Amino acid sequence: MITAPHAEALSGGFAEAPVQSARAFREILEAMARPGTIRRVAGAEPPARLSVAAGVALLTLCDPTTGLHLAGAADCPMVRDWVAFHIGAPLVAAEAADFALGTWEALQPVTRFRIGQPDYPDRSATLIVEMERLVNHGPALTGPGIELATWLNLPETAAFRANRALFPLGFDCLFAAGDRIAGLPRSTRVEKI
Amino acid sequence: MYVAVKGGERAIDNAHGWLAEERRGDRAVPELTIPQIREQMKLAVNRVMAEGSLYDPDLAALAIKQARGDLIEAVFLIRAYRTTLPRLAGSRPVDTAAMAVDRRISATFKDLPGGQVLGPTFDYTHRLLDFALMAEGEPPTPVPSPQGGGEAPGAEAEGGTGLDAPPSPLVGEGWGGGAPHMPHVTGFLNRDGLIEAAQPSDATPPDLTREPMELPADRALRLQALARGDEGFVLGLAYSTQRGYGRTHAFVGELRIGRVAVEVDIPELGFAVEIGEIELTECETVNQFKGSKTEPPQFTRGYGLVMGQSERKAIAMSLVDRALRWQELGEDFTGAPAQDAEFVLMHCDNIQATGFLEHIKLPHYVDFQAELELVRRLRAEAQTMQEAAE
Amino acid sequence: MPSPDAEARRAWIATLAKAPPARLAELMPELPPHDVLRSPEIGAVMVRGRTGGTGAAFNLGEMTVTRCSVRLPAGPVGHAWVQGRDKAHARRAAVIDALMQTDAAQDLTARVIAPLQAEAAAHRAARAEKAAGTKVEFFTMVRGEDK
Repeated sequence: MITAPHAEALSGGFAEAPVQSARAFREILEAMARPGTIRRVAGAEPPARLSVAAGVALLTLCDPTTGLHLAGAADCPMVRDWVAFHIGAPLVAAEAADFALGTWEALQPVTRFRIGQPDYPDRSATLIVEMERLVNHGPALTGPGIELATWLNLPETAAFRANRALFPLGFDCLFAAGDRIAGLPRSTRVEKI
Repeated sequence: MYVAVKGGERAIDNAHGWLAEERRGDRAVPELTIPQIREQMKLAVNRVMAEGSLYDPDLAALAIKQARGDLIEAVFLIRAYRTTLPRLAGSRPVDTAAMAVDRRISATFKDLPGGQVLGPTFDYTHRLLDFALMAEGEPPTPVPSPQGGGEAPGAEAEGGTGLDAPPSPLVGEGWGGGAPHMPHVTGFLNRDGLIEAAQPSDATPPDLTREPMELPADRALRLQALARGDEGFVLGLAYSTQRGYGRTHAFVGELRIGRVAVEVDIPELGFAVEIGEIELTECETVNQFKGSKTEPPQFTRGYGLVMGQSERKAIAMSLVDRALRWQELGEDFTGAPAQDAEFVLMHCDNIQATGFLEHIKLPHYVDFQAELELVRRLRAEAQTMQEAAE
Repeated sequence: MPSPDAEARRAWIATLAKAPPARLAELMPELPPHDVLRSPEIGAVMVRGRTGGTGAAFNLGEMTVTRCSVRLPAGPVGHAWVQGRDKAHARRAAVIDALMQTDAAQDLTARVIAPLQAEAAAHRAARAEKAAGTKVEFFTMVRGEDK
């Protein structure tokens, strides 16, 4: 059974999808390739509960073939309708998600997300974590894509250390705050300082 | 082993230039337009749409023009274009019983409700070249129909016939009229339990364009593969079943060609709407079946559904579909190619086939060098052994 | 089931989608100001059939389709999904869908929707008539060996 969405959910998508999604994809790629660097993205005006960066990430990475899990406050009618109209991604349970969206608290326990299989490590979830703010201050990040070390205000360290230990399996994370976005792939080592 | 080769850029550019020139042909002859191909080479357009697996007559016509009439090359162009399109939705299953039919015949029932409608068919032509089509100027005058009931094709364009007087109803005869509805012939047999029933289901079918095909493939996947499979390959397989390689004793229960509406659930509307109409050819065979260890004697069914007007393909598809069902019907596997799902499904796609076939003409210098050395070494060894023996 | 209003909307959306783009443009050359919620986007719809015409669904092949959503300054939102790759057709159909939800509906029904429906019906009838002209009765002849 489908019902027509709220009219307000129909605005705020990319106006020039080919160009805007290509630009956004480049920024997200950079963020993932250089963990901890903070990039700016633009083009989405998602419903108020979502940051611009999370909206851009959804518009760029998700489509009708990717299962999306909305966690906590992100799972509201307005966001669901916005996703249905602009993205078409099916909403799924956390255990089946290709992408998940919510605050770090709402996404707990993160051990329920897919980490891939030895033959297909790519069949894992990408978590889009809504943050209050993003600054290069906090736990130290080292590993592929980081020359010496960098810092990012991660919500914790234990979960990311446990995830790193699963490598080459594990989930990947994007952190979003306002129009800023940073990446933390499963390959990055995290240390509390 | 594949090794990249460099060079020949200028030669390739020149080859492309010459190709464009050859495509155009003699400039004294007017250039073909896309609408001309779409309207006058319609069956070629239909084939490219069916095997390209994308219904868009203009694009298929463009592909035929670009490919210089090489239909497999045109299918290749359509398949390549198709991959650039976002998949917006899946339609509701089309209702072929509501088809606006141009043609509808049965080889098993002569008095079927709704009647036998020949439509624009080659069947009763004499296969004599019509030199009138070669003559410039006026199109040949159609021969008026000796039967009552209808106008000769083309006559309607001259005066506004038919718009005031409703046509003799092709549809709804004895079926309450109203919305066009022409039930399937197999439905009559079904009422008497003489034919296996089709189990309706609204489960989302598997899609070989999204997930690589894995065997054993269920019937939905087999039908998808056959619907986009090469007409010549499917025809050859179907013919082989008629000649005894996996015989299925098929009759054409019904063949229909016409237009159906495509209905899609639109999330932003909250309901389904018709977004357009496509032409389809549907064939259902009725196959004699003496019963097996698991099934009673009854008629069984083979099914073919193809985009556009393409009845050879639709009939062939339904024969091969039926042959592939030997296992579920408890029949014996006789080793016939048409019964072998792996053989059929892995070889019916002409783009896969032509890609692999034609790649052997591309540079394989390193492979061949290795082969050459191997042959030389074996010859040298053979010679040494021969000399030692002497 | 869609409500009666939705049923009417379903009908005009289908009429607009199936209209020949050039004819629609002729009937509705000027579009009022509107915001684009989703720019015309070309994509594919996977067309499904049913095994045996009535059985389980299978994927037959795709068709091209263009969709577009707009909003009029006064608020009504219009959607269009139309067969083919004509972006102007999708936008025009979306704007008319929005207008059909306003006071303009009656005028538009008379000027655009009704003519399109009549033309489609006439076209269909003309084709059905041609098909009727090829309707045939087959007679079974008595064969020698049956005696």
